[in-house]
Amino acid sequence: MNLMMLLEMAAGGFGDRVAVGSLNDGLTVKQIFDNAGAAAERFRNANVENVAMIDITSPSLPICLFGASWAGLPFVPLNYRLTDQELNALLERISPSIALMQPDTKERISNTLEVNSFTRDDLITSIDPEIEISTDWNMDGEDTAILLFTSGTTGEPKAAVLRQRHLVSYILGSVEFMSAGEEEAALISVPPYHIAGIAATLSNLYAGRRVVQLPEFDAEKWIELVRSESITSAMVVPTMLSRIVDHLVSEGPDSQGLPTLRALSYGGGKMPQPTIETALELLPDTNFVNAYGLTETSSTVALLGPEEHREAFSSSDELVRKRISSVGKPLPTIEVSIRDEGGNELPVDESGEIWVRGEQVSGEYKGSQLTLTEDGWFPTHDGGWLDSGGYLFVTGRIDDVIVKGGQNISPGEIEEVLLQHNAVADAAAIGVPDQQWGEKIVATIVLHPEQEVAEEELKSYAKEQLRSNRTPDEIVFLNELPYNETGKLLRRVLKEKLVALGDGSTI
Amino acid sequence: MALLKAGGRWASSVCDTEVIVVKGPENEVTLSCGGVDMVEAGSDPVSGELDDSGDGTQLGKRYVDDEDTIEVLCTKPGAGSLGADGNALQLKDAKPLPASD
Repeated sequence: MNLMMLLEMAAGGFGDRVAVGSLNDGLTVKQIFDNAGAAAERFRNANVENVAMIDITSPSLPICLFGASWAGLPFVPLNYRLTDQELNALLERISPSIALMQPDTKERISNTLEVNSFTRDDLITSIDPEIEISTDWNMDGEDTAILLFTSGTTGEPKAAVLRQRHLVSYILGSVEFMSAGEEEAALISVPPYHIAGIAATLSNLYAGRRVVQLPEFDAEKWIELVRSESITSAMVVPTMLSRIVDHLVSEGPDSQGLPTLRALSYGGGKMPQPTIETALELLPDTNFVNAYGLTETSSTVALLGPEEHREAFSSSDELVRKRISSVGKPLPTIEVSIRDEGGNELPVDESGEIWVRGEQVSGEYKGSQLTLTEDGWFPTHDGGWLDSGGYLFVTGRIDDVIVKGGQNISPGEIEEVLLQHNAVADAAAIGVPDQQWGEKIVATIVLHPEQEVAEEELKSYAKEQLRSNRTPDEIVFLNELPYNETGKLLRRVLKEKLVALGDGSTI
Repeated sequence: MALLKAGGRWASSVCDTEVIVVKGPENEVTLSCGGVDMVEAGSDPVSGELDDSGDGTQLGKRYVDDEDTIEVLCTKPGAGSLGADGNALQLKDAKPLPASD
């Protein structure tokens, strides 16, 4: 198995469709195929071990990704926002490599490293139609397709290994070949070094859906592109959706909305309930999909579909209503099991660690032991539970759980309640070391502009809806919470700040 | 007769059809296309005459047996139709999941 098999099928089935870019000047599937073949030649001749990309998203992404698979080399998209020191440290780990970067990035690379570089323009070449490209890629599914450095905030970033068989299984298990209509177009605004950016590139291509790329997210540009490119589907992380919603609201009653947008999927972090509710109101004709997945699972393992969103919203049954905050059911090719600390399976409705199993699940990091159990289960380090209908609820990273007086408290539960308050724009509950309780709960709050609320009022608001041991011990007001650029809340950064401040009264 | 391993690639002996195994049964089976045994991709075809009376194979479609123990995906289409141990494989109804990325 090789990702090239998917591209070859696409080129054979709908080679003339535009794969990436605008309808008038985008690259067709056949052009991606031909350019990937030329790129593979370049990569092979460079005598390297890895193909890196240190660049914003562009049509070079599919060419590099497939070209690397064609040449039998791992593709390693790196975060171009890293500091010079961090970037060079990662490049050293994948040396010798050939890397896509623009000239200004090249100046940042240490000259002691073996990095062969090329630019976006080098990749898109005119291919001589007379030259027969040999389709000689290796079909061994064990070849590494992608190395993705995970965004660990402590210690060295880990390189998740996704082999050809994981990614091909993911696509074959979740996408129907050529299932998209010719008029369909997807907007990708997640960067190439995020698993969703890779998965979107692959799944839309296999479905025959044109993609339009937005290199650096900006809500206004995103909305403009949806309108000008007649975008029919898109994937966003929570912070993106909340900015899009704010922008649409600011357009007022004359807003033309997003009439072409049939489907909007969101994932990559916890979505505040008010954001999704406003989005559903503003976009009544759009189907919403909530997806849950990790880098180590080749993207999505569970999803809450459009029908289930509507059902949950209109139901009078409390159990069904609650499912709006679930991530839906596992994909047909994925099994989910909730385990206790000893690895024993827990019954329905009981919270524990989420374990997943399936062909697309890698659970492997370069240079360390496989984290899969003998029978193929991957412990995700995410906490959660399954309800009686098989719907999966994710509470957050197990490491983020607050342990107060011996009780495990999930920050998500507290945050959900605080976010319901009209004055609260964003909230994070953090466990801060405490002599008496082990940890105390500090709620950090960002207020909506021009809103005010007293600490005591928020506390009693929380007390009404939460068990008493879950009520925040302290409230700290901030101008904003720290997120990374793909919308992940940096809880450790927040915790360190709070700890450094002792009683945490001001930051 | 052979074990159909997931990811295994099989080619028709008498037309352009190629498939990849998505799911295989525990026991060994013989895949055929156009009435003639298929071979592992890259091996020499066996001799035989193409029976093109069926619908042939369509690119990107999945084919399954009646018991749902075998599933193959057509990666190259051709004039022959697929079978396993002499029984015709059927075109599988596509139930696409909503796009999530």
